[in-house]
Parts: sequence; C-alpha cells; structure tokens
Amino acid sequence: MMDTLLDVEDLWVRFPSRQGVFDAVRGVSFTLGRERLGIVGESGSGKSMTGRAILRLIRPPGIVEAKQIALNGDNLMEKSEKDMRAVRGQKISMVMQDPKFSLNPVMTIGAQIIEAYRQHNRTNHADAYAKAVEMLQAVSIRDADRVMRAYPHEMSGGMGQRVMIAMMLIPNPQILIADEPTSALDVSVQRQVLDIMDGLVKERGMGLIFISHDLNLVADFCDRVLIMYAGRIVEVCEASKLSQAKHPYTRGLLNALPRLDAPRDHLEVLQRDPAWSTAPSVSGRVA
Amino acid sequence: MMLDIDTLNVWFGSGRDRVDAVKAATFSVARGESFGLVGESGSGKSTILRAISGLAPQWSGRMVVDGTPLTKTRPKAFYKAVQMVFQDPYASLHPRHSVDQVLGETLHLHGFGDIDARVVKLLDDVGLGQKFRFRYPHQLSGGQRQRVAIARALAPEPQLLLLDEPTSALDVSVQGEILNLLVDLRRDRGLTFVMVSHDLSVVGHMCERLAVMQNGQIVEVLGVDALRQNAATHPYAQSLLAASI
Repeated sequence: MMDTLLDVEDLWVRFPSRQGVFDAVRGVSFTLGRERLGIVGESGSGKSMTGRAILRLIRPPGIVEAKQIALNGDNLMEKSEKDMRAVRGQKISMVMQDPKFSLNPVMTIGAQIIEAYRQHNRTNHADAYAKAVEMLQAVSIRDADRVMRAYPHEMSGGMGQRVMIAMMLIPNPQILIADEPTSALDVSVQRQVLDIMDGLVKERGMGLIFISHDLNLVADFCDRVLIMYAGRIVEVCEASKLSQAKHPYTRGLLNALPRLDAPRDHLEVLQRDPAWSTAPSVSGRVA
Repeated sequence: MMLDIDTLNVWFGSGRDRVDAVKAATFSVARGESFGLVGESGSGKSTILRAISGLAPQWSGRMVVDGTPLTKTRPKAFYKAVQMVFQDPYASLHPRHSVDQVLGETLHLHGFGDIDARVVKLLDDVGLGQKFRFRYPHQLSGGQRQRVAIARALAPEPQLLLLDEPTSALDVSVQGEILNLLVDLRRDRGLTFVMVSHDLSVVGHMCERLAVMQNGQIVEVLGVDALRQNAATHPYAQSLLAASI
C-alpha cells in the first residue's frame, strides 16, 4: 500500500513498583506510513507512553521492551544513547501537550529556535536566524521578527504551540509525534494548529502520530485510528469509519459523548468489561 | 428570578495595569433553569462566576440572587444558597483532609448539628457510598474527586450551583457519569445551574439557554434549540459553533 516509515512490534513498557511490576503498555504493534495515525484512549491507557517509548524517552526504572522499533528498517532498540540523539529531533520529533511547560521561560523564542537549529546543523548565526524566521512563517506566524524577540509568556497558547511545531520541523523530520498538541487550546485556535500540521504532513510527506483523548477530533483529522485500553490496542479502524466501530469500549466512548444533534436526558455510561484488559492486543500493522 | 445580573463589570489591577475582564454583562436565570456560559479562554466566563460567588473583589453593577441584591460583603445566608464547583478536582480538595473531614468541616461551618448522618447522606447522593468516607484525595480517581467536590457544594443545601468547567479535567467516559449525576441532582433538588464550559456539546446537553462571550462581553444569548439548529446570529457565535462541530 505505502512505504512503511516506522514498524513497532510487540512493545512493552514496564514500571517496577512496590506492589510488583506495572505494565503501562502491553504488547502493542503497529506500523506508520506517510499518513496521519491517531492513538486514542482514556488517561492511563498508555497512549503517551507509546509515543515516548518510540523515542526511547522512558528513563529507568521504567523498562522498554520490544521485538523491534524499526525506523526505515533500522532498529532503534539496538541503538546506543549517543546514536539515539541523532534520531531524536532529526528523524523523529515530538510536540508536547502544553507549550507553557516545553519552552524555556527565560530565553527569547528566537534564541530557542536558533539553538535547536544549530544543535543539528553547522551554520553561522545569520543563516540560523533566517531559517528560524522562515520556519515561523511556515506555521502562519505573521510578524515573525517580533516573535523572535518575544519571551514565551508574551505568547498566547496557540502561538506557543505553533512555535513548538516550528521548532520541531526545522530539522525536517520524517515522523512527527504529537502528544495532545491541542488539548490546552481553545476550539478556534485548535483548528488553526491542526490545519498547519495537516499542511506540513501533506507537503513534506511526513508520518504523523497524533495522540489524543478526543474521539471526534481524531475521527475528523486522522487517516487511521488505534484505540487503546489498559495498555493494549483494542481496535484499529479507518478514521472515517470510527462511528461504526465494533468494539464495545469504542462504542461506549462514542455513546458517552453528548451530541448537539441528538439530545438525550441521560448519557450512556461506559460499562467496563474486565475481559477487555486481558484480551490480546490487536495489531495495527499494515502488511 | 433566581439570579439577575445587570451591567456587571469586573476588573483586575488598577491604573495602567487595569484589565477589564467583564464588561457590562447582563443576563438573568429563572429558578430551576440551567444557564450556560461559553467562550474562549480569557473571555471572562469564569470571572462572572467568581464575581457572583464573591471571589472577585473589584466589580460594579447589580447582582441579585433570589431577590436579594449582593453587596461587597455577603451574609452567611448567601453562602448557604450559592455554592460553586471548580474545574480541577485535584486542586480544589485539601490533600491532607479525608473526605469525611472535608464534608464534616463544611457542615460544621454552616451550623448543621447532625453531621454524621448528613455526611452519610451526601456520599450516597453523589453515588460514592460509605467506603469512600475515610479516604484521602490521592486515593480517589478524578471522577470520584469531582463527586466529593459536588458533595461539598451540596452540603449547605444550596439553591444556586455555579459550575466552572466541572468536567473538562475528566475523561469522556467519566464526564458522562458526572453530567448524569448533575442532571439527576438538579431534577431531584430543584437546583438552578450556571455552568461555564468551552465545550458547546456539553452546554447543549446540560443547559436550556446559553450566553456566548467574547473579550469580556456577552455577544449573544440564545436558547439551546437555536444552538442545535445552528441559528446563532452574531458572527463570533457562528464561528464558535462552526469550530465546535
């Protein structure tokens, strides 16, 4: 169908605790091509952990195990920490949830973007500056020169998130992992940020992993959706067919949402079946 | 009328740093009605709730709750009649007080005698039950914590409940449970709700009428039927609707 950028096979994330080992992610497999892949689930379902594990950002005592996490056939699990630094940012980038916590509050936006750029490229300051301005314009920031001089607290949430995306895109990664990139934003701004990400994915042929708890948003924005529950993938479906999803968990989540077009006195309450968390993970791999 | 707000202005700071958070807001809520406030962050919707409950000290205009005009200092009866539920249940409960202490202290402050029986009743009313009575907030899930916060707000038997984004910190499945609880409580106790949310579908589910706010001003008040038929007239209200569907 399409060329595979990332192949994750049998991924486990474990945290040892006093009560025994806690499995945050349990045997997840999926592939990512040049597409927008959504991962949805409740808090604690392991969706963010999956994103972090791909970049090997889980620190001891956390344990990551996988048959393979292959980026273009290159197994990331076998790489040394030094080699991973060349992957992070360069090949796979990540956008975090809240720009307030991801930007350095005492550095100007410009200085941070230039620093990120020069980390990966040997250039002089003037070139880096020009590149940074160009990137800010690519994410629809109008007066880029002013923003370069501004500090993070002078930005609104939407602007901050766009700056984060600009910073992630400078090294021209093949894969962007967006962990709830719009949860901290208002609906009107949310749309703008999504449009920018969408445009970039299409133009540059990137693969996007979009982690979110918002089913409607994912159905609208992504191509394919993985639904996670208790560290496993319970269902994989086309985003456009999410409303016809079959698994009772997905159905339960969809029915729990209030809808403007179908008013009801009471919302349906999700009845959890203990069998969901023991059933083996569904594979999200495309052969 | 349970609540009547007339040309309410709320501001923070003074002189050069003065920020007008709410400008000439006017609306009224009938007894037993559920009224929604929607808008972007920074539009002043939460500030209106804080002004009603007495948490925003600098305001002008007229606010009438159940026929009594509000002054800068509020009588004790006011705090019995008006209660608020906050957005983040993680932040609004004392981390070192058990559920029993939280509810018991509230009941004591409001001068109730039969505290023990009332704590039992409150926990049953919010669907928690007795096994949660001696737990601490960190031993509860987000939804359970919000139930405790609702129980605390119900303790003085209020008539008007101010809900500031009561479910935005919760998962969709838990959001459904809390919204159902609020619907039931309103019906059983004849409560009046003023609810702030950025989620139009939640407001559409819970409220009969809503006000759309932008930059501290109410730009439109519309019924929920108009919301469902996408019949907003103000351009900003229209764009907000379009972005949410």
